Amino acid sequence: MGLLSDPNRRRALTTLLTRLNTPLCVVCYLAGVAWFMGLAFQPFTLRTYMSENAMGSTMVEEHFPAGERALAMGREFSAHKKQAGGMPVDWLVKAMQAKGLEVFTQSFSRTLPFPDENKERYMVRGTNVYGILRAPRAPRTESLVFSAPCSPQGNDQAVGLLLGLAQYFRGQIYWAKDIIFLVNEHDLIGMQAWLEGYHHTNSTGMSWTPLHGRGGSIQAALTLELSSDVITSLDLVLEGLNGQLPNLDLANLFYAFCQKINVLCTIQGKLQRNDWDSVAGYSHAVQTMLLMVLKQASGRPWGDHGLFLRYHVEAATIRGINSFRQYKTDATTVGRLIEGMYRKLNNLLERLHQSYFFYLLPSLSHFVSIGYYMPAFGLLILIPLLRALDLWVQLEGAAPAAVDGLVDGEQPSSPGFLSVMTPVVISHLTGVALYTLPVLAQQAAVEHFPVSETEAVVLTAIAIYTAGLALPHNTHRVLSGQGTEEGWRVLKLVAVLYMAVLLACTALINFSLGFILALTLVPVAAFITPHVPRIPSALAMVLLSPACTLLFSVFVYQELQETPVSLLDGWSLFLSVISQGILDHNLYGSLVYPLISLLVYPCWLLLWNILFWK
Amino acid sequence: MTSRRCILLSVVLLWCITHASSEKQLKITEDKNKPPTDVDRSLSEKSPEGQLHAQKSEETRDTSKAEPDQAEKAKSEKQFASKEADVNRDDISDQQGKGVNDEAEFKRPLAKDQFQEELVIKPLPSGDIYSSFQFRTRWDIDFFQPGKKVSHYRLFPKSLGQLISKFSVRELHISFTQGYWRTMQWGQPFLPAPPGAELWVWFQDTVTDVDGAWKELTNVISGIFCASLNFIDTTNTVQPTASFRSLGVGNVTDQKFLRYALLPREIVCTENLTPWKKLLPCGSKAGLAVLLKSEKLFHSSFFSQAVHIRPICQDWQCRTMAWELRQTLNVVFDLYTTGQNKKEWSLFKMFSRTLTEACPLASSSKVYIDVTDNPQGELFELHPSSATLNQAVVLGDRRTYAVYDLKMMDTFGSLRTLNIVLRWKTSSGADMLRPLLHGERYVAGYGLQTGEIHTLISNNHPYRAFPVLLLDVVPWYLRMYIHTLIVTSKALPNKPSYIHYQPSKDRVRPHLLEMLIQLPPNSVTEVTVQFERALLKWTEYTPDPNHGLYVGSSVISGLVPSVVAMDTNSSQEYPLFSTFFPCKEESSYFVRVYTEPLLVNLPTPDFSMPYNVICLTCTVVAVGYGSLYNLLTRTFQVEEPSPGLVKRLANVIRYFRGVPPL
Repeated sequence: MGLLSDPNRRRALTTLLTRLNTPLCVVCYLAGVAWFMGLAFQPFTLRTYMSENAMGSTMVEEHFPAGERALAMGREFSAHKKQAGGMPVDWLVKAMQAKGLEVFTQSFSRTLPFPDENKERYMVRGTNVYGILRAPRAPRTESLVFSAPCSPQGNDQAVGLLLGLAQYFRGQIYWAKDIIFLVNEHDLIGMQAWLEGYHHTNSTGMSWTPLHGRGGSIQAALTLELSSDVITSLDLVLEGLNGQLPNLDLANLFYAFCQKINVLCTIQGKLQRNDWDSVAGYSHAVQTMLLMVLKQASGRPWGDHGLFLRYHVEAATIRGINSFRQYKTDATTVGRLIEGMYRKLNNLLERLHQSYFFYLLPSLSHFVSIGYYMPAFGLLILIPLLRALDLWVQLEGAAPAAVDGLVDGEQPSSPGFLSVMTPVVISHLTGVALYTLPVLAQQAAVEHFPVSETEAVVLTAIAIYTAGLALPHNTHRVLSGQGTEEGWRVLKLVAVLYMAVLLACTALINFSLGFILALTLVPVAAFITPHVPRIPSALAMVLLSPACTLLFSVFVYQELQETPVSLLDGWSLFLSVISQGILDHNLYGSLVYPLISLLVYPCWLLLWNILFWK
Repeated sequence: MTSRRCILLSVVLLWCITHASSEKQLKITEDKNKPPTDVDRSLSEKSPEGQLHAQKSEETRDTSKAEPDQAEKAKSEKQFASKEADVNRDDISDQQGKGVNDEAEFKRPLAKDQFQEELVIKPLPSGDIYSSFQFRTRWDIDFFQPGKKVSHYRLFPKSLGQLISKFSVRELHISFTQGYWRTMQWGQPFLPAPPGAELWVWFQDTVTDVDGAWKELTNVISGIFCASLNFIDTTNTVQPTASFRSLGVGNVTDQKFLRYALLPREIVCTENLTPWKKLLPCGSKAGLAVLLKSEKLFHSSFFSQAVHIRPICQDWQCRTMAWELRQTLNVVFDLYTTGQNKKEWSLFKMFSRTLTEACPLASSSKVYIDVTDNPQGELFELHPSSATLNQAVVLGDRRTYAVYDLKMMDTFGSLRTLNIVLRWKTSSGADMLRPLLHGERYVAGYGLQTGEIHTLISNNHPYRAFPVLLLDVVPWYLRMYIHTLIVTSKALPNKPSYIHYQPSKDRVRPHLLEMLIQLPPNSVTEVTVQFERALLKWTEYTPDPNHGLYVGSSVISGLVPSVVAMDTNSSQEYPLFSTFFPCKEESSYFVRVYTEPLLVNLPTPDFSMPYNVICLTCTVVAVGYGSLYNLLTRTFQVEEPSPGLVKRLANVIRYFRGVPPL
């Protein structure tokens, strides 16, 4: 650091940094993106391997024989479900009791902040039924959870298999942990109610009846979704609430058993390809990884397992997929796979902790660990820092000039605390409005406009978002003086540093979200000044704003899912995604909506302010 | 006349107990009375310490009589505590009563020690089978007679005898349990025990260094039973004030001499069973103990073995002391997993052995089968059927037992072997039970910083409220916020009438919380207290830190109204004259319920390579950040090189001349 304390060398270095600032930023951006795309290239990634010794070398054998009986039970369940018009609680309680479980029920109710049009629900009332298989000679300190959602459309086979496995597990003697068989109604809402009841917390204002049977601390959980008697492949869903992922060993376990039992397994619905060196193979891996990034960035639970992760319970959803492939797998095999996984989980001495918690999966057999993907983000986040340094140096250079010019200047204290703070405060207030108003004002909106509640919420959100764009003019009206050259520099310095910290923190928790936001926000932050041509820059800024990022993400996601949508469909999807985001926040405590509205959007508004600096 | 004498006797005896009951006083009372008749003897014989039975029948007067005497210590808690202890004794004596009813019992053998063995088999409502063994060795000797050293042992195990005399133990209770007693499925056990190892000891009041004796004693017991009791130290030892009263004769109430410790993580296996079996006079060679095959016992849903040593009265007059060693073993077999779904059981299937003889050293050897639910044989069929039926009130419920006396040769039949077979006729999935007193505990909340311990105590009695004592021992690494302690019943605050709280000291002693709570009828009482998880030093973590650390079961003890007293329709079976006033003897019974232990995760560093990497990276970042911060905050000035000597001289001269310096 002697290099920097020498004023001459220091000056040389700063001039170098300021002069080469723009090329450096461009290089960093390109390098960051290139690094990220390189992550999917197989030679750069690591093979997955089982880290947990307790699950690694120990042999378990799978004997589950009763797939057909399980499917019959599923059909019976389906019939009773139709009869009851919902969860057939009594039948299920009896069925579980007959299997020798301790059976308990929990009823819950929740009124959504506004109707959920995707799932067509508003006032939700339901019952969870769960049975506990007590492990012999275990003191009720540890348990595993196996759940199957009871949904109006399908999934009866999963419940049947759950009952079949419960019966089979009951006859085994090797259990060391209690196993909780849970059938939850209203998918995530029921799961949320059950988990809150189990841990006796109430973070989302749901009302539920307390649970009476518990099995100690839950070590791992699996959710099964099956909607046909035979399947072609099993899909593993890992992304949970707020982009949390279960320990990689859980994915490894699933993969290992799929290999052992010879079941096709996919992740993000994509089969693994062996031709990594071909372009097609590479782009396949990129697509898989991008899908994971998009799903993770959304911060919503992509299966019922997603809510377990908050409670530090490693969980995943296994989803049976029936496509037109020749090779079919029957329920017995799926049962054996799950049996094997539970037997290995039963062997666990500690919680799953050996393997990675932060990873991306370009395929089930390869993974990118946090040490590999973070540099991509680091390169992106370097740009605002370089910009900040540049601004700092410029401001420092300007300061002596200002001291000289003090004689003639009537200007109040040059950068003006007020002139910086006003936009900061106002844009954050806009953020608060964006966060609170849509839900609060839905009633008023419904009264005055011919729209449904859901549309009212979404459209209010979009309206507030757009209204925020008019802020710079209004801000300046509030401000006493004119904006100075120095004023916008200070404001930009604040905005750029703010953004860097914000994105860095986001990326630590949810890499994907941080990376996607950085991808669009960083260029804005880098080039924006009041002196660039206003109209095209404004257009570019709007296109790179968080809302448009979301819109693009919707299109990219659909593209990657191989279900491309038209512009109009995309727009309606975009609207529903916004409403889902707000609902996720209200129902499960997802943090993406508040993050965007309270922090990211105001940050972007600051930059918008700079563009319109007078 | 008899009844009047009985009342007089019991009142005096009660008085003796409430005061320090010295043997002299007992002698005086005995002198006042005439020699007891047979009825009296049989009454007093039922309970190990003759006077208690009489006291029991007087419990209605207990409070009114005792209060003036105890005026100085008239706290209701204390009364409760002493009552609880007494009834605890009754509880055991009731079970004992099953075995001691026979007339043959009273012909005491000439030898001063005797041995009894019994096995109770109870088909549980859930369809499982509960087998409870009890082996009782009684020795009419006083270990602490001055000047006399006990060195000749016959039936009483020498290792335990020496332990008693060396450490001046008054009472010792140790249990090793694998599994959790499922009250909701199985009802109440005869002898409750928490998962893991539990040890509580009352020392003689002559012991000066109780902690030292306790430390040594735990190590010695650890050796005797091949268990890790040496992990008992000050951080998990407490001195409960009310929950664990002494069960033997004598009236020590100063908890200074009591030590209680619980090791919830102790795993119990054959290595603990073998030394336990060796304490039996017949070992596992003869008698009921031949059934104790470890491969079968550990293939069960619940296994608990225990040793209880206590002083008792030698006879009903209680002039001299005797010692009682009770070895108990409780095991619950799972019908389903081991029986291939067939509900048929026999001694052979359970234990892979049949009975062929009683232990020759035993004065009584019996097998009891609970046939209460099966009066006409509609539920299950018992073969060979027993002619002898025995009724007893066990845990507040009137039960009927089929008795097989192994001392009688005809019990074994022509095959010279006894294999009791139990064949179920119906197979019904049983509903959950609603035991009158039930406890449950869990950790609430998420994250690794704070949490909340919830203890739920349910009173399922339809109309009677009763108080219970709750004992909670929480290790120091859960820092309990005692100001957050909330007790609610039916959503209303429930103020405990007695709270004893001893705060923890880091790395020295645990939290101890004892409360006397009144449970309203048909309610669930919830006790919640918040805690913060401590960050341990890195050497203090267990080898498997991510497994979590255990918090032992909390103990709920109380007098529970008996089912028999609740039952008003029993008049068909029993004579009318016997049922008008609720019989006080059976009106309530002592129950101790253990909740499940807790497994709590503490904030744990990643004890692996990435941890080192993070440490290293943080250091590097800190150094880098430090220098950068230094650069950003420091102002730099170009320093003039110091002037040479000549220039300084010139400046001095110029100063004097009044010219500006160079």
